[in-house]
Amino acid sequence: MTKEFELTVNGTAVRVETDPSSSLLHVLRNELDLKGARFGCGLGLCGACFVQMDGKVVASCDVPMWSAEGRTVVTVEGLEPGDGLHRVQQALIEGQAAQCGYCISGITVTAATLLETSPVPDERAVVAALDRNLCRCGVQRRVVRAVLQAGSAAAAT
Amino acid sequence: MTPERATTPASPLPRDLAANPILSRWVTVNPDGAMDVRVGKVELGQGILTALAQIAAAELGVDLDQIRMLPANTTHGPDEGLTSGSMSIARCGPALRVACAQTRARFVAEAARTWDADADQVTVRRGRIRCGERVTSYGALAGVVDLDVPADPEKPRTYGDRSRLVGTSAPRLDLPDKIAGRPRYIHDLRLPGQLFGRVLRPPSPGARLRRLDADPLGDGDVHIVRDGSFVGVVGADEAEVSRAVETLRAATTWDEHDTLPDENDLRGFLRTGPHETIEVLTAERPPPAGRTLRAGYSKPFLAHASMAPSCGVARWNDDGTLSVWSHSQGIHGLRAAIALALGMDVDRIEVEHAQSAGCYGHNAADDAAFDAVLLARDVPGRPVHVQWSRRDELTWSPFGPAMSVDAQAVVDASGMVASWQSDVWSQGHTSRPGYLGAPGLLAGAHLERPWRYPAASDPPPENGAGTVRNAVPIYDFPHRRVTGHRLLQTPIRSSAMRALGAFMNVFAIESFMDELAEGAGIDPLTYRLMHLADARGRKVLQRAAAAAGWGAPAADGTGRGIGFARYKGTGAYCAVVADVAAEHEIRVRRLTIAVDVGLVVNPDGVRNQIEGGATQAASWTLKERVRFDRRKITSDDWESYPILRFSEAPEICVELVEDPGLPSVGAGEAAQGPTAAAIANAVAAAVGVRVRDLPLTPEAVIAAIESADLTQP
Repeated sequence: MTKEFELTVNGTAVRVETDPSSSLLHVLRNELDLKGARFGCGLGLCGACFVQMDGKVVASCDVPMWSAEGRTVVTVEGLEPGDGLHRVQQALIEGQAAQCGYCISGITVTAATLLETSPVPDERAVVAALDRNLCRCGVQRRVVRAVLQAGSAAAAT
Repeated sequence: MTPERATTPASPLPRDLAANPILSRWVTVNPDGAMDVRVGKVELGQGILTALAQIAAAELGVDLDQIRMLPANTTHGPDEGLTSGSMSIARCGPALRVACAQTRARFVAEAARTWDADADQVTVRRGRIRCGERVTSYGALAGVVDLDVPADPEKPRTYGDRSRLVGTSAPRLDLPDKIAGRPRYIHDLRLPGQLFGRVLRPPSPGARLRRLDADPLGDGDVHIVRDGSFVGVVGADEAEVSRAVETLRAATTWDEHDTLPDENDLRGFLRTGPHETIEVLTAERPPPAGRTLRAGYSKPFLAHASMAPSCGVARWNDDGTLSVWSHSQGIHGLRAAIALALGMDVDRIEVEHAQSAGCYGHNAADDAAFDAVLLARDVPGRPVHVQWSRRDELTWSPFGPAMSVDAQAVVDASGMVASWQSDVWSQGHTSRPGYLGAPGLLAGAHLERPWRYPAASDPPPENGAGTVRNAVPIYDFPHRRVTGHRLLQTPIRSSAMRALGAFMNVFAIESFMDELAEGAGIDPLTYRLMHLADARGRKVLQRAAAAAGWGAPAADGTGRGIGFARYKGTGAYCAVVADVAAEHEIRVRRLTIAVDVGLVVNPDGVRNQIEGGATQAASWTLKERVRFDRRKITSDDWESYPILRFSEAPEICVELVEDPGLPSVGAGEAAQGPTAAAIANAVAAAVGVRVRDLPLTPEAVIAAIESADLTQP
């Protein structure tokens, strides 16, 4: 049985009709055509689908729509207003900190959220924040350097 | 610039170009000046399309942003076999170089003809074709120059503009879109009229579907497809389809039985025949007399564990042809296997590559494509998009085989090796589509009239072998015997995983070298150099050691180890120094790596591949092991199959030891074995006892320490 849900996604109020048990990830990818959050495991264990919900990092594969009603969601596409890239994304490209890139949306959301509360984090904080994000290609150290770079670049401006 | 060396006397063209000689298969010049390049190698997250675009741009005389790398396609692009074995840069690079050089030559000739000029006076830079004051462009001549012609062995082979692009760290062409979160993966593909499918896999290997309740899904919008024990669902809403497969699971009854070996006795399992005996090196005389040392090493089954579950899309077209989208490593092989499985004419099938997450070998990409083909058969004209679950990905993809090596050495009075003998026990390393004459696609084994799949085979020696890849030590031993034993019957599906047998064989050889060095009382680096004449190998070992500060004393609870190999005996040289801390846990602090891949096309690309390979190898070495009971695979999520996390990833320093005069070889697999050995040797140095069975978990290290304590006098 489908039901109508209202929520805010990347600054825009949206209304979707779906089964209450459908995941937020499903709605983002299939109803709202936001493919940035990726399906990795469906169990909230890998981080590929991470988005911000009310300012906190959540696994969108593990958020049923009945619990997303009225929430404010920001996906990797919405981290930076307009068409530009978030400073974490810029630093990731600068450092070529990806191989396949499938995990990188979730990593970006985690890192950008960290920088909101801790604009110039140290390495320990970056590593701790990213410990829920899995990467199989092995770019962890490049990612850590890029996030530190994004933090220090912001501090310098 | 030296012309490319002939690959065979009959055809001086590079192998892949000789097999696909028509230039338009490789290059299309558009009226707007954009160059569409199609290659037979595919992007697996390794960045190969960027390195190949650099080669194309350099030869064509255009900027990198004028090159568009199109997806590999069985109908429109060249057939270059598999993207595997770290062979892409070595095989595709020379072919693409000549194809692009000859394309350029044809445009230059056309410009020279219209200007009545000498072709030698015509230059090409940034896509502008110039002779004195006269200027034209690729785009302007696109309608005139015919590229539907075969490459000519007598025509130019390279323009040699390498310095401008080749050898520079061009940023990856595909990363900005992927980092921006744009739809670039097969999972994001949405074709007109597309439906979603899911397959209900059996609960265990060997299970057969006994009963499916009548009409479990009721009147919903999702319908069931069944062929024997192959059951799936198709519908328009992906979330509903995912729920339907769980409903279906509850409505099925399966006949199951115990088929799997004891996961704690893989050594015994691998030695219980029948076997194929692979005589790699046979000794013509018995080993010399002397002190004999022996050791046995092992690794468990490993999962690919890509971040994305496998995915495939298929559509049966109105004219009876079949269109397939897949992240397969070999779209031509997949096409042939589908044709074989369904009794179709191969020409009626088109397979196009679509990108996915990182691929480290023969995973379930081909299986997912075949799932889509079977489900789409029920809905002609509609594309069906099939995505696997994480559980299926971790339990039904082929595994990297379990292996076990027995090594034995006779040493002389000074501790130098007088004889080296080893026996490698393994399952086969390839069950790719079409192997041993069978389709090799998972669903084929579950159909009403099932295909019977033999145990995995091994790639032929000319492709680097499988069980015995890197089983021959690079060192100069006066007496050697190396024998492989490939298991011919097994209930566990195995296939190619990054480095194949080289991971285990290098781990075993380089661990044993450390044990022999210790027995001789000689520093492990010195001991290796005493047995190694190969100049490139010596240089790589010495560079890694120097960069790591080899020889400095280690603090308590820490250890340093070294591992080294030349991948496949013909590829990249790689030496790894590992620094570990082993107190409450095993932590790899730092990996210092030196690598020689010949001519480097993209230095940062090589570094990224080496860093990634070493990090993944550290994960295999420290943490990974496919778990099972006697009936089913039990490691089915990220908690039961843990991989290395951010907090565990070592710092990595890569030194490129380059010789630009030597041909380029791949970097993707070179670090796997040396990293495992370096870590194991460092752990042994830190704790004083050796663990010979992977993974090197804290429990395994503690058990080794306790058993060593028990055997102390």
